[in-house]
Amino acid sequence: MTHTETVITVSHLYKKFGKFTANDDLNFEVYRGEIFGFLGANGAGKTTAMRILCGLSSPTSGTAMVAGYNVAEQPELVKRNIGYMSQKFSLYEDLTIWENMRLYAGIYGVTGKAFRDRAENLLSELHFLNHRHELIAGLSLGWKQKLAFTVALIHRPAIVFLDEPTGGVDPVTRRQFWEMIYEAAHQGTTIFVTTHYMDEAEYCDRITIMADGKIKALDTPGNLKASMGVETMNEVFVGLTR
Amino acid sequence: MITIHQLTKQFGPVTAVDRVSLTVNGGELFGFIGPDGAGKTTLLRMVNSLMLPTSGEVSLWGLNPVTDYKQVRTMIGYMPGKFSLYLDLTVEENLQFFASVFGTTVAENYHLIADIYSHIELFKHRKAGQLSGGMKQKLALSCALIHKPRLLILDEPTTGVDAVSRGEFWEMLRKLKHSGITILVSTPYMDEAALCDRVALMQNGNVLQVDTPIGITQGFTRPLFAIRTQHRHEALQSLRGWEYVHKVYPYGETLHYIDHRQGVTVDDIEAYLSVCGIAHQGVQRVAPGIEDRFMELMDG
Repeated sequence: MTHTETVITVSHLYKKFGKFTANDDLNFEVYRGEIFGFLGANGAGKTTAMRILCGLSSPTSGTAMVAGYNVAEQPELVKRNIGYMSQKFSLYEDLTIWENMRLYAGIYGVTGKAFRDRAENLLSELHFLNHRHELIAGLSLGWKQKLAFTVALIHRPAIVFLDEPTGGVDPVTRRQFWEMIYEAAHQGTTIFVTTHYMDEAEYCDRITIMADGKIKALDTPGNLKASMGVETMNEVFVGLTR
Repeated sequence: MITIHQLTKQFGPVTAVDRVSLTVNGGELFGFIGPDGAGKTTLLRMVNSLMLPTSGEVSLWGLNPVTDYKQVRTMIGYMPGKFSLYLDLTVEENLQFFASVFGTTVAENYHLIADIYSHIELFKHRKAGQLSGGMKQKLALSCALIHKPRLLILDEPTTGVDAVSRGEFWEMLRKLKHSGITILVSTPYMDEAALCDRVALMQNGNVLQVDTPIGITQGFTRPLFAIRTQHRHEALQSLRGWEYVHKVYPYGETLHYIDHRQGVTVDDIEAYLSVCGIAHQGVQRVAPGIEDRFMELMDG
């Protein structure tokens, strides 16, 4: 993987709520096809930064370019070019797999033949095309999770934001899920992961750790561990945020 | 001592807990480790008398949660997975409420919670609904402890909690254990198994294995190799195409590779990777983790 093309550029980003500075001079770049981990303690300013990158909130000052658009000036274009999968399961239980896909694709303006081709293609890759008329409610948690990720990719976003994507799933499903992420990254989609699960952070190409509104570290998991002389990301995290 | 014998819970066609038998010693910090849907919550609820088993039984120091539920409830402190304190009562009011329900006072058992409660005492006039996640967790634990229970049951106390708070929480459990309280704790985070005295690995209502964390990983006897590469997707594809592969899967920063052959060496694997043209930063023989063993047990 060679990371040359930048898809997220954050430069001197500040977000203030009254006297409180939630994001304090953030600077970083994320590359095309990269799996980028965004970590921080509860209240570190992670959610605020994520909301800005998703075009849901504007910076107080500084700039953030996401998928080629300025989040403050073109938030609607940002939203169209990103996908999002929440930690809380987001598909409609009483709709079928196919209906869920059509709904989300339709929201992003992917309809007709373009939708059918894309949806069939994605489900075939999962070897799940034959199940497309089944209700979400009857599926295992593992399948729900994998389908939620697939749905987040349906409009071919440049970047997909994942919130603690594999919390609570069994170790086998967890690995199938990471393999789907590797595959998407391999095809050029940037994966932006937020998580509390330090074990999950180890799967990312690079990681930022936020504390008190600032970025305390940004590097590969291996370099972060080596630089602090520790064995696990958990120790890195505790060392940097305590 | 806690004895669980052939414990089963059926919800219509679904068997949430399937003939589980195990023993927990007094004073032990015992973990139930497994993914969502493994049956952890159902099991804990049958132990704490809030749910009736379909069959099988539980004995808590000779008491049966089905018939002796009144006594059982006084000896248990229970922290459910969902925050269940009164959001519109203050921190202090919640604590007083739980103490009075169990016929005691905050003052009588304050020493038990002093360590934990001191972190939130500054906010004792704040409503529980306005606390941060970490503070809610500390309050819930204080309320579960205020009647000096013999047995503490915690259902996924660390889910959604950041790594620092998680570390603090496990530290508190260690201290409570030293004061003689028996602790049952469930978690979907496999790495937390290492923090328990013994664990039960659970999947689909079944207990796959009960052992110490070290005993669990020692059950994995095949040679295991970690491969470090930036080309994880390609490496996985190539290794799966190798005639000697037993299994290969992502494991944190690395890929874990297991071979069919017993005598396979690092050199063999490196040679294959270079034939495939996959650049890597090293292949190493490594000790298995809890997830490696869990997956092996899932295969049956």
